[in-house]
Amino acid sequence: MRNIVAFPLLGLAVILQSSIVSEMRLLSGYADLILLILAAWALQERVDSAWHWAAVACLMVGYISSMPWPILVIGYLAVVFMARILQRRVWQAPLLAMFSVVFLGTLFMHLLSFAILRILGTPFLFDDVMGLITLPGLLLNMLFSIPVYAFMRSLAHWVYPFEEYE
Amino acid sequence: MNSRSLQTTIVFLIMGGILALALGGYLGSASRQFGDVLIDIQTWVSTRFLGFQDFVTAPRDIVSLRQRNAELETQVSQLQAQLIEMQQRVNETEILAALVDFSRTNPESTYKAATVIGRDPSPFLHYIIINRGSNDDIRRGMPVVTNQGLVGRIDAVIADAARVQLITDPASAINVYLQNADTSAVLFGSVTGDISLDMISQNAVVDAGDLILTSGLGGGFPSDLIIGKVITIRTLEFELFQQATIQPAVDFTRLEIVLVITNFRPVDISPLVPSTSP
Repeated sequence: MRNIVAFPLLGLAVILQSSIVSEMRLLSGYADLILLILAAWALQERVDSAWHWAAVACLMVGYISSMPWPILVIGYLAVVFMARILQRRVWQAPLLAMFSVVFLGTLFMHLLSFAILRILGTPFLFDDVMGLITLPGLLLNMLFSIPVYAFMRSLAHWVYPFEEYE
Repeated sequence: MNSRSLQTTIVFLIMGGILALALGGYLGSASRQFGDVLIDIQTWVSTRFLGFQDFVTAPRDIVSLRQRNAELETQVSQLQAQLIEMQQRVNETEILAALVDFSRTNPESTYKAATVIGRDPSPFLHYIIINRGSNDDIRRGMPVVTNQGLVGRIDAVIADAARVQLITDPASAINVYLQNADTSAVLFGSVTGDISLDMISQNAVVDAGDLILTSGLGGGFPSDLIIGKVITIRTLEFELFQQATIQPAVDFTRLEIVLVITNFRPVDISPLVPSTSP
Protein backbone atom coordinates (compact mmCIF):
# COMPACT_ATOMS: atom_id res chain seq x y z
CA MET A 1 0.00 0.00 0.00
CA ARG A 2 2.86 2.39 0.76
CA ASN A 3 3.94 2.26 -2.86
CA ILE A 4 0.75 4.06 -3.76
CA VAL A 5 2.88 7.21 -3.49
CA ALA A 6 4.19 6.25 -6.94
CA PHE A 7 0.97 7.38 -8.60
CA PRO A 8 0.86 10.99 -7.40
CA LEU A 9 4.62 11.40 -7.60
CA LEU A 10 5.01 10.00 -11.10
CA GLY A 11 1.86 11.79 -12.21
CA LEU A 12 3.30 15.07 -10.99
CA ALA A 13 6.63 14.23 -12.62
CA VAL A 14 4.95 13.58 -15.98
CA ILE A 15 3.08 16.89 -15.74
CA LEU A 16 6.29 18.74 -14.83
CA GLN A 17 8.13 17.00 -17.65
CA SER A 18 5.45 17.95 -20.17
CA SER A 19 4.91 21.54 -19.05
CA ILE A 20 8.17 22.82 -17.56
CA VAL A 21 11.15 20.54 -18.16
CA SER A 22 10.37 20.25 -21.88
CA GLU A 23 10.63 24.04 -22.12
CA MET A 24 14.09 24.09 -20.51
CA ARG A 25 15.94 23.18 -23.66
CA LEU A 26 19.63 22.96 -24.35
CA LEU A 27 19.87 22.91 -28.14
CA SER A 28 17.10 20.42 -28.90
CA GLY A 29 17.56 18.22 -25.84
CA TYR A 30 16.04 18.34 -22.40
CA ALA A 31 16.19 16.38 -19.18
CA ASP A 32 14.15 13.22 -18.59
CA LEU A 33 12.67 13.66 -15.12
CA ILE A 34 10.95 10.26 -15.19
CA LEU A 35 14.19 8.46 -15.97
CA LEU A 36 15.94 10.30 -13.15
CA ILE A 37 13.21 9.44 -10.65
CA LEU A 38 13.22 5.77 -11.64
CA ALA A 39 17.02 5.55 -11.47
CA ALA A 40 17.19 7.29 -8.08
CA TRP A 41 14.37 5.18 -6.65
CA ALA A 42 15.84 1.89 -7.87
CA LEU A 43 19.21 2.81 -6.34
CA GLN A 44 17.75 3.09 -2.83
CA GLU A 45 18.82 0.10 -0.80
CA ARG A 46 15.53 -0.56 0.96
CA VAL A 47 13.31 -0.09 -2.06
CA ASP A 48 11.78 -3.26 -3.44
CA SER A 49 9.19 -1.75 -5.74
CA ALA A 50 11.30 -0.14 -8.47
CA TRP A 51 9.92 -2.47 -11.16
CA HIS A 52 6.37 -1.47 -10.26
CA TRP A 53 7.33 2.18 -10.46
CA ALA A 54 8.79 1.60 -13.92
CA ALA A 55 5.54 -0.01 -15.05
CA VAL A 56 3.49 2.91 -13.70
CA ALA A 57 5.85 5.37 -15.40
CA CYS A 58 5.47 3.56 -18.73
CA LEU A 59 1.69 3.76 -18.43
CA MET A 60 1.68 7.45 -17.58
CA VAL A 61 4.23 8.61 -20.15
CA GLY A 62 2.70 6.36 -22.80
CA TYR A 63 -0.67 7.97 -22.16
CA ILE A 64 0.43 11.48 -23.09
CA SER A 65 3.41 10.87 -25.35
CA SER A 66 3.42 9.90 -28.98
CA MET A 67 6.51 7.78 -28.39
CA PRO A 68 5.97 4.10 -29.33
CA TRP A 69 5.30 1.87 -26.33
CA PRO A 70 8.25 -0.51 -26.80
CA ILE A 71 10.72 2.36 -26.37
CA LEU A 72 9.23 3.37 -23.04
CA VAL A 73 8.84 -0.16 -21.71
CA ILE A 74 12.28 -1.42 -22.73
CA GLY A 75 13.98 1.88 -21.86
CA TYR A 76 12.59 2.42 -18.39
CA LEU A 77 12.84 -1.24 -17.39
CA ALA A 78 16.45 -1.25 -18.59
CA VAL A 79 17.18 1.81 -16.44
CA VAL A 80 15.75 0.05 -13.37
CA PHE A 81 17.70 -3.10 -14.26
CA MET A 82 20.97 -1.15 -14.51
CA ALA A 83 20.24 0.63 -11.24
CA ARG A 84 19.53 -2.60 -9.36
CA ILE A 85 22.72 -4.19 -10.69
CA LEU A 86 24.85 -1.18 -9.80
CA GLN A 87 23.15 -0.73 -6.44
CA ARG A 88 24.48 -4.12 -5.35
CA ARG A 89 27.98 -3.48 -6.67
CA VAL A 90 28.60 0.22 -5.97
CA TRP A 91 26.50 0.52 -2.82
CA GLN A 92 29.22 2.46 -0.97
CA ALA A 93 29.16 5.33 -3.48
CA PRO A 94 25.51 5.96 -4.26
CA LEU A 95 26.09 9.21 -6.15
CA LEU A 96 28.63 7.51 -8.39
CA ALA A 97 26.07 4.79 -9.04
CA MET A 98 23.43 7.46 -9.79
CA PHE A 99 25.71 9.20 -12.30
CA SER A 100 26.57 5.87 -13.93
CA VAL A 101 22.92 4.82 -14.24
CA VAL A 102 21.87 8.19 -15.58
CA PHE A 103 24.70 8.24 -18.10
CA LEU A 104 24.16 4.70 -19.35
CA GLY A 105 20.37 4.89 -19.10
CA THR A 106 20.13 8.13 -21.08
CA LEU A 107 22.43 6.81 -23.79
CA PHE A 108 20.49 3.54 -23.99
CA MET A 109 17.11 5.28 -24.05
CA HIS A 110 18.16 7.68 -26.80
CA LEU A 111 19.82 5.01 -28.92
CA LEU A 112 16.73 2.86 -28.58
CA SER A 113 14.47 5.79 -29.51
CA PHE A 114 16.65 6.58 -32.50
CA ALA A 115 16.68 2.98 -33.70
CA ILE A 116 12.95 2.30 -33.33
CA LEU A 117 11.86 5.65 -34.76
CA ARG A 118 14.19 5.11 -37.72
CA ILE A 119 12.67 1.67 -38.27
CA LEU A 120 9.21 3.25 -38.15
CA GLY A 121 10.22 5.68 -40.89
CA THR A 122 11.22 8.91 -39.19
CA PRO A 123 14.17 10.33 -41.15
CA PHE A 124 16.66 10.98 -38.34
CA LEU A 125 20.37 11.57 -38.86
CA PHE A 126 22.56 9.95 -36.22
CA ASP A 127 24.89 12.95 -35.94
CA ASP A 128 21.96 15.33 -35.46
CA VAL A 129 20.41 13.15 -32.79
CA MET A 130 23.68 12.73 -30.89
CA GLY A 131 24.77 16.35 -31.14
CA LEU A 132 21.45 18.11 -30.69
CA ILE A 133 19.40 15.79 -28.46
CA THR A 134 21.45 13.13 -26.71
CA LEU A 135 24.52 15.05 -25.52
CA PRO A 136 22.58 18.11 -24.27
CA GLY A 137 20.01 15.79 -22.68
CA LEU A 138 22.80 13.81 -21.04
CA LEU A 139 24.33 16.97 -19.59
CA LEU A 140 20.98 18.16 -18.22
CA ASN A 141 20.21 14.73 -16.78
CA MET A 142 23.57 14.66 -15.00
CA LEU A 143 22.91 18.16 -13.61
CA PHE A 144 19.47 17.23 -12.32
CA SER A 145 20.53 13.85 -11.00
CA ILE A 146 21.93 15.18 -7.68
CA PRO A 147 18.79 16.98 -6.44
CA VAL A 148 16.56 14.19 -7.71
CA TYR A 149 18.69 11.60 -5.92
CA ALA A 150 18.56 13.59 -2.68
CA PHE A 151 14.80 13.93 -2.92
CA MET A 152 14.21 10.26 -3.69
CA ARG A 153 16.53 9.24 -0.86
CA SER A 154 14.44 11.29 1.57
CA LEU A 155 11.30 9.78 0.13
CA ALA A 156 12.71 6.26 0.53
CA HIS A 157 13.49 6.98 4.19
CA TRP A 158 9.92 8.17 4.65
CA VAL A 159 8.29 5.28 2.81
CA TYR A 160 10.61 2.63 4.28
CA PRO A 161 11.42 3.69 7.86
CA PHE A 162 14.74 2.30 9.09
CA GLU A 163 13.40 0.56 12.21
CA GLU A 164 10.86 -1.33 10.22
CA TYR A 165 13.51 -2.44 7.77
CA GLU A 166 15.72 -3.80 10.55
CA MET B 1 4.97 99.94 61.01
CA ASN B 2 6.22 96.54 61.78
CA SER B 3 9.11 94.85 59.99
CA ARG B 4 6.92 92.57 57.78
CA SER B 5 5.01 95.55 56.38
CA LEU B 6 8.28 97.27 55.75
CA GLN B 7 9.60 94.27 53.78
CA THR B 8 6.43 94.10 51.71
CA THR B 9 6.63 97.77 50.95
CA ILE B 10 10.28 97.44 49.92
CA VAL B 11 9.48 94.51 47.65
CA PHE B 12 6.67 96.37 45.98
CA LEU B 13 8.84 99.42 45.56
CA ILE B 14 11.61 97.35 43.99
CA MET B 15 9.15 95.60 41.71
CA GLY B 16 7.50 98.86 40.82
CA GLY B 17 10.91 100.36 40.11
CA ILE B 18 11.88 97.43 37.91
CA LEU B 19 8.53 97.66 36.12
CA ALA B 20 8.99 101.37 35.64
CA LEU B 21 12.51 100.83 34.30
CA ALA B 22 11.21 98.06 31.98
CA LEU B 23 8.37 100.22 30.70
CA GLY B 24 10.81 103.02 30.21
CA GLY B 25 13.01 100.76 28.04
CA TYR B 26 15.95 100.80 30.36
CA LEU B 27 16.02 96.98 30.88
CA GLY B 28 16.09 95.95 27.17
CA SER B 29 19.59 94.50 27.07
CA ALA B 30 19.22 92.77 30.43
CA SER B 31 15.85 91.39 29.38
CA ARG B 32 17.28 89.99 26.12
CA GLN B 33 20.18 88.37 27.93
CA PHE B 34 17.81 86.88 30.42
CA GLY B 35 15.55 85.65 27.61
CA ASP B 36 18.50 84.13 25.77
CA VAL B 37 19.61 82.26 28.84
CA LEU B 38 16.07 81.10 29.44
CA ILE B 39 15.68 79.89 25.86
CA ASP B 40 19.01 78.06 26.01
CA ILE B 41 17.97 76.31 29.18
CA GLN B 42 14.56 75.53 27.73
CA THR B 43 16.15 74.12 24.57
CA TRP B 44 18.59 71.99 26.52
CA VAL B 45 15.85 70.59 28.74
CA SER B 46 13.50 69.99 25.82
CA THR B 47 16.16 68.24 23.76
CA ARG B 48 17.11 65.96 26.60
CA PHE B 49 13.49 65.22 27.33
CA LEU B 50 12.74 64.34 23.73
CA GLY B 51 15.82 62.10 23.63
CA PHE B 52 14.68 60.38 26.76
CA GLN B 53 11.16 60.06 25.38
CA ASP B 54 12.52 58.49 22.18
CA PHE B 55 14.61 56.13 24.21
CA VAL B 56 11.62 55.05 26.28
CA THR B 57 9.13 54.72 23.42
CA ALA B 58 11.48 53.46 20.64
CA PRO B 59 10.97 49.70 21.17
CA ARG B 60 7.23 50.08 20.75
CA ASP B 61 7.77 52.05 17.56
CA ILE B 62 10.09 49.39 16.11
CA VAL B 63 7.56 46.67 16.75
CA SER B 64 4.78 48.67 15.17
CA LEU B 65 7.03 49.67 12.27
CA ARG B 66 7.98 46.07 11.68
CA GLN B 67 4.33 45.10 11.67
CA ARG B 68 3.55 47.90 9.27
CA ASN B 69 6.50 46.94 7.09
CA ALA B 70 5.31 43.34 6.96
CA GLU B 71 1.80 44.51 6.04
CA LEU B 72 3.17 46.71 3.29
CA GLU B 73 5.44 43.95 1.98
CA THR B 74 2.47 41.60 1.84
CA GLN B 75 0.50 44.25 0.03
CA VAL B 76 3.35 44.82 -2.44
CA SER B 77 3.66 41.12 -3.19
CA GLN B 78 -0.11 40.88 -3.68
CA LEU B 79 -0.02 43.84 -6.05
CA GLN B 80 2.91 42.34 -7.93
CA ALA B 81 1.00 39.07 -8.32
CA GLN B 82 -2.01 41.04 -9.56
CA LEU B 83 0.23 42.92 -11.97
CA ILE B 84 1.65 39.69 -13.39
CA GLU B 85 -1.85 38.26 -13.71
CA MET B 86 -3.03 41.41 -15.48
CA GLN B 87 -0.06 41.30 -17.85
CA GLN B 88 -0.87 37.66 -18.65
CA ARG B 89 -4.47 38.61 -19.32
CA VAL B 90 -3.37 41.45 -21.58
CA ASN B 91 -1.12 39.04 -23.50
CA GLU B 92 -3.95 36.51 -23.81
CA THR B 93 -6.32 39.22 -24.92
CA GLU B 94 -3.90 40.40 -27.57
CA ILE B 95 -3.46 36.85 -28.86
CA LEU B 96 -7.20 36.22 -28.83
CA ALA B 97 -7.87 39.51 -30.60
CA ALA B 98 -5.43 38.51 -33.33
CA LEU B 99 -7.07 35.09 -33.61
CA VAL B 100 -10.52 36.67 -33.82
CA ASP B 101 -9.27 38.95 -36.60
CA PHE B 102 -7.88 35.91 -38.37
CA SER B 103 -11.15 33.97 -38.08
CA ARG B 104 -13.09 37.00 -39.37
CA THR B 105 -10.85 37.29 -42.40
CA ASN B 106 -11.23 33.55 -43.07
CA PRO B 107 -14.96 33.01 -42.60
CA GLU B 108 -15.04 29.84 -44.71
CA SER B 109 -13.68 27.83 -41.77
CA THR B 110 -15.05 27.38 -38.28
CA TYR B 111 -12.57 27.53 -35.45
CA LYS B 112 -12.27 26.42 -31.88
CA ALA B 113 -9.66 28.14 -29.70
CA ALA B 114 -7.51 25.98 -27.45
CA THR B 115 -4.73 26.65 -24.97
CA VAL B 116 -1.41 24.83 -25.20
CA ILE B 117 -0.95 23.00 -21.90
CA GLY B 118 2.13 20.90 -22.56
CA ARG B 119 4.60 19.33 -24.92
CA ASP B 120 5.55 15.76 -25.62
CA PRO B 121 7.89 14.45 -22.89
CA SER B 122 10.30 13.11 -25.50
CA PRO B 123 12.76 15.47 -27.21
CA PHE B 124 12.62 13.28 -30.32
CA LEU B 125 9.07 14.31 -31.10
CA HIS B 126 7.54 17.73 -31.71
CA TYR B 127 4.02 17.52 -30.37
CA ILE B 128 1.97 19.82 -28.21
CA ILE B 129 -1.00 19.07 -25.97
CA ILE B 130 -4.06 21.33 -26.06
CA ASN B 131 -6.96 21.61 -23.64
CA ARG B 132 -9.75 20.71 -26.11
CA GLY B 133 -10.84 17.20 -26.90
CA SER B 134 -13.68 15.10 -28.21
CA ASN B 135 -16.11 16.85 -25.84
CA ASP B 136 -15.49 19.98 -27.93
CA ASP B 137 -15.97 18.10 -31.24
CA ILE B 138 -12.26 17.92 -31.91
CA ARG B 139 -11.41 14.99 -34.18
CA ARG B 140 -8.21 13.36 -35.33
CA GLY B 141 -6.70 14.96 -38.42
CA MET B 142 -8.15 18.44 -37.93
CA PRO B 143 -5.71 21.23 -38.85
CA VAL B 144 -4.41 23.54 -36.15
CA VAL B 145 -3.47 27.13 -36.97
CA THR B 146 -2.73 30.50 -35.44
CA ASN B 147 -3.29 33.90 -36.96
CA GLN B 148 0.27 33.61 -38.32
CA GLY B 149 -0.12 30.31 -40.13
CA LEU B 150 -0.26 26.52 -39.97
CA VAL B 151 0.79 24.85 -36.71
CA GLY B 152 0.04 21.16 -37.30
CA ARG B 153 -2.76 18.67 -37.09
CA ILE B 154 -4.57 16.73 -34.39
CA ASP B 155 -2.86 13.39 -33.84
CA ALA B 156 -4.79 11.91 -30.91
CA VAL B 157 -7.85 12.96 -28.96
CA ILE B 158 -9.24 12.19 -25.52
CA ALA B 159 -12.29 13.70 -23.85
CA ASP B 160 -10.80 17.02 -22.74
CA ALA B 161 -7.42 17.18 -24.45
CA ALA B 162 -5.76 16.48 -27.75
CA ARG B 163 -2.23 15.94 -29.02
CA VAL B 164 -1.10 17.98 -32.02
CA GLN B 165 1.70 16.95 -34.34
CA LEU B 166 3.58 20.12 -35.27
CA ILE B 167 4.76 20.69 -38.81
CA THR B 168 8.29 20.79 -37.34
CA ASP B 169 8.07 17.16 -36.19
CA PRO B 170 10.69 14.98 -37.91
CA ALA B 171 7.96 12.58 -39.06
CA SER B 172 5.81 15.34 -40.56
CA ALA B 173 5.47 15.65 -44.35
CA ILE B 174 3.04 18.13 -45.94
CA ASN B 175 2.22 18.87 -49.55
CA VAL B 176 2.76 22.57 -50.17
CA TYR B 177 2.49 25.06 -52.97
CA LEU B 178 5.00 27.79 -53.79
CA GLN B 179 2.89 30.70 -54.84
CA ASN B 180 5.39 32.72 -56.87
CA ALA B 181 7.04 29.73 -58.53
CA ASP B 182 3.67 28.10 -59.20
CA THR B 183 4.93 24.66 -58.26
CA SER B 184 4.35 21.99 -55.63
CA ALA B 185 6.78 20.54 -53.11
CA VAL B 186 6.86 18.60 -49.88
CA LEU B 187 7.61 20.18 -46.50
CA PHE B 188 9.54 18.18 -43.90
CA GLY B 189 10.24 18.78 -40.23
CA SER B 190 13.49 17.96 -38.46
CA VAL B 191 15.07 17.17 -35.12
CA THR B 192 16.08 20.79 -34.63
CA GLY B 193 12.59 22.15 -35.24
CA ASP B 194 13.59 23.68 -38.57
CA ILE B 195 11.46 22.99 -41.62
CA SER B 196 12.68 22.46 -45.16
CA LEU B 197 11.27 21.93 -48.61
CA ASP B 198 12.14 19.02 -50.82
CA MET B 199 10.95 17.65 -54.15
CA ILE B 200 10.91 21.06 -55.83
CA SER B 201 11.11 20.52 -59.55
CA GLN B 202 14.45 21.45 -61.11
CA ASN B 203 12.53 23.51 -63.66
CA ALA B 204 10.89 25.68 -61.05
CA VAL B 205 12.37 29.11 -60.42
CA VAL B 206 12.29 29.64 -56.67
CA ASP B 207 13.49 32.83 -55.02
CA ALA B 208 14.18 33.73 -51.42
CA GLY B 209 11.09 35.23 -49.86
CA ASP B 210 8.61 33.17 -51.88
CA LEU B 211 5.48 32.41 -49.89
CA ILE B 212 4.64 28.77 -49.10
CA LEU B 213 1.04 27.63 -48.68
CA THR B 214 -0.59 24.28 -48.16
CA SER B 215 -1.60 22.78 -51.48
CA GLY B 216 -4.44 20.60 -50.22
CA LEU B 217 -3.05 17.62 -52.11
CA GLY B 218 -3.45 14.34 -50.26
CA GLY B 219 -6.46 15.59 -48.34
CA GLY B 220 -4.59 16.06 -45.08
CA PHE B 221 -4.91 19.86 -44.95
CA PRO B 222 -7.12 22.49 -46.51
CA SER B 223 -5.43 24.53 -49.21
CA ASP B 224 -3.94 28.01 -48.90
CA LEU B 225 -2.89 27.94 -45.25
CA ILE B 226 0.27 30.00 -44.80
CA ILE B 227 3.35 28.07 -43.71
CA GLY B 228 6.28 30.42 -44.19
CA LYS B 229 8.65 31.75 -46.76
CA VAL B 230 11.76 30.53 -48.52
CA ILE B 231 15.10 31.56 -47.03
CA THR B 232 17.66 29.75 -49.16
CA ILE B 233 17.51 27.40 -52.15
CA ARG B 234 19.90 24.56 -52.86
CA THR B 235 20.10 23.50 -56.46
CA LEU B 236 22.46 20.76 -57.58
CA GLU B 237 22.41 19.69 -61.20
CA PHE B 238 23.01 16.02 -60.44
CA GLU B 239 20.03 15.79 -58.07
CA LEU B 240 16.45 15.16 -59.13
CA PHE B 241 14.95 17.97 -57.06
CA GLN B 242 15.82 21.30 -55.50
CA GLN B 243 15.71 21.83 -51.75
CA ALA B 244 14.98 24.94 -49.74
CA THR B 245 15.15 26.04 -46.14
CA ILE B 246 12.07 27.75 -44.77
CA GLN B 247 11.37 30.47 -42.26
CA PRO B 248 8.12 29.33 -40.60
CA ALA B 249 5.42 31.96 -40.14
CA VAL B 250 4.60 30.61 -36.68
CA ASP B 251 6.96 30.96 -33.71
CA PHE B 252 6.77 27.40 -32.39
CA THR B 253 8.68 28.20 -29.22
CA ARG B 254 5.98 30.60 -28.02
CA LEU B 255 2.76 28.78 -28.81
CA GLU B 256 0.12 29.67 -26.23
CA ILE B 257 -3.29 29.72 -27.90
CA VAL B 258 -4.15 27.98 -31.17
CA LEU B 259 -7.21 27.53 -33.35
CA VAL B 260 -8.50 24.14 -34.45
CA ILE B 261 -10.33 24.18 -37.80
CA THR B 262 -13.32 22.08 -36.90
CA ASN B 263 -15.18 22.01 -40.21
CA PHE B 264 -12.35 20.29 -42.08
CA ARG B 265 -12.39 16.51 -42.32
CA PRO B 266 -9.19 14.96 -43.62
CA VAL B 267 -9.57 12.55 -46.51
CA ASP B 268 -7.97 9.16 -46.18
CA ILE B 269 -6.67 8.42 -49.65
CA SER B 270 -4.68 5.34 -48.68
CA PRO B 271 -7.23 2.90 -50.23
CA LEU B 272 -6.80 4.76 -53.53
CA VAL B 273 -3.04 4.46 -53.55
CA PRO B 274 -2.08 1.52 -55.78
CA SER B 275 -0.38 -1.23 -53.82
CA THR B 276 3.07 -2.35 -54.91
CA SER B 277 2.33 -6.04 -54.36
CA PRO B 278 0.97 -7.98 -57.37
